[in-house]
Amino acid sequence: MIDIRRVFTQVEHIHHEFGPRAETPLVRGAIAAVLTNPFAGRYEPDILPMMALLDPVGVDMAHRLRAAMDVPVERIATYGKGAIVGAAGELEHGALWHVPGGYAMRELLGWKGDRVAYTQGKGEAKTGQPGNALAIVPSTKKVGAPGTALDVPLTNINASYVRGQFDAIEVRVPGAPASDEIVFILAMSTGYRVHARVGGLLAEDISQWNGLR
Amino acid sequence: MSANIRKLIVQVDEVRKEMGQTIDPPTRRAVAIAVIDNPYAGRYSENLDELIAIGEELGALLGQKAVQALGIEPSAAQSYGKAAIVGENGELEHAAAILHPKLGAPLRVAVEKGAALVPSAKKRGTLGTAIDVPLGHKDAAFVRSHFDAIEARVSDAPRANEIVVAVAVTDSGRPLARIGGLQAHEAKGEDGLR
Repeated sequence: MIDIRRVFTQVEHIHHEFGPRAETPLVRGAIAAVLTNPFAGRYEPDILPMMALLDPVGVDMAHRLRAAMDVPVERIATYGKGAIVGAAGELEHGALWHVPGGYAMRELLGWKGDRVAYTQGKGEAKTGQPGNALAIVPSTKKVGAPGTALDVPLTNINASYVRGQFDAIEVRVPGAPASDEIVFILAMSTGYRVHARVGGLLAEDISQWNGLR
Repeated sequence: MSANIRKLIVQVDEVRKEMGQTIDPPTRRAVAIAVIDNPYAGRYSENLDELIAIGEELGALLGQKAVQALGIEPSAAQSYGKAAIVGENGELEHAAAILHPKLGAPLRVAVEKGAALVPSAKKRGTLGTAIDVPLGHKDAAFVRSHFDAIEARVSDAPRANEIVVAVAVTDSGRPLARIGGLQAHEAKGEDGLR
């Protein structure tokens, strides 16, 4: 059922946007896997079997993306995911990515703290932080033709309200998806927009560790 | 002067299957893209030396980035190409100044050898304009299996006063090349043609 035809990676270093040059550039990356859509061209009521099979695909993509960005896991500050379904498929096929895509990046980013405390959902005495990757992974999806662009949202991995890190990265695979394909996408960045200055919660002020603030 | 780089983008496109056929090893194409200020935007300058120097700098930088993204030894690079999109306050000759006088030599260092002409494309464009960067075998331009192109596009560039510069490098030809002609293993790679 899992048939990967093509893998597309994209990494950006953003040095400035007509303001002061950043001491450390913002690094944003995305990885897109082009898969055969096994449900193309018909209505299949039971699509869930594919979801579990996507788990290892997501884990492999998350690791490849981190490697392509060439930054340590500790510097990954935001994440997002998305899907573009070819014309012979339906939006619901793209929705199969919600669990395996999110799970994959959390697996990569989430095991930083005390493993026992994380498992029990308790905070560590030292920081009160029960682990990493606490926030929902924002997502978007659409049905589209080859070359369709998807703006994949990015938000902080631990607190969705970190305003200076609200961002999006445009992902587009030339030539894909064909009508019987799906493009599954993961995206990550090292944090703040290059000239972020509209206030709001800062990542260093996260205190509730509830995935929001 | 050195290039004022706003963004640097590297993409890798790995094809594992085409028309149901497994591609083993997968074909891999990389394109490295820089978004830079155009020092001559909005005015006519007879002399374009600043862009020629920038071309030399970017030939090395983008060539190395593309090879690095493929994770290969420089000698394992098989084909290459280059392109530029000039923002609307610039002229086509600005792209030419970057691409043609000095970009090639450091690119050839980055891919080791490179007897063949580096195929190129250029245009004027706006934010999100796509350019198809032509690809040809680095040592023998007539190797038919390696005629290809890879698309380069930056969603927020070029602004009117910017230039998008792209260098593409591959470690392979087309996924299912089968239309004959000179084969890579037959090429002598001495005259850059065959």
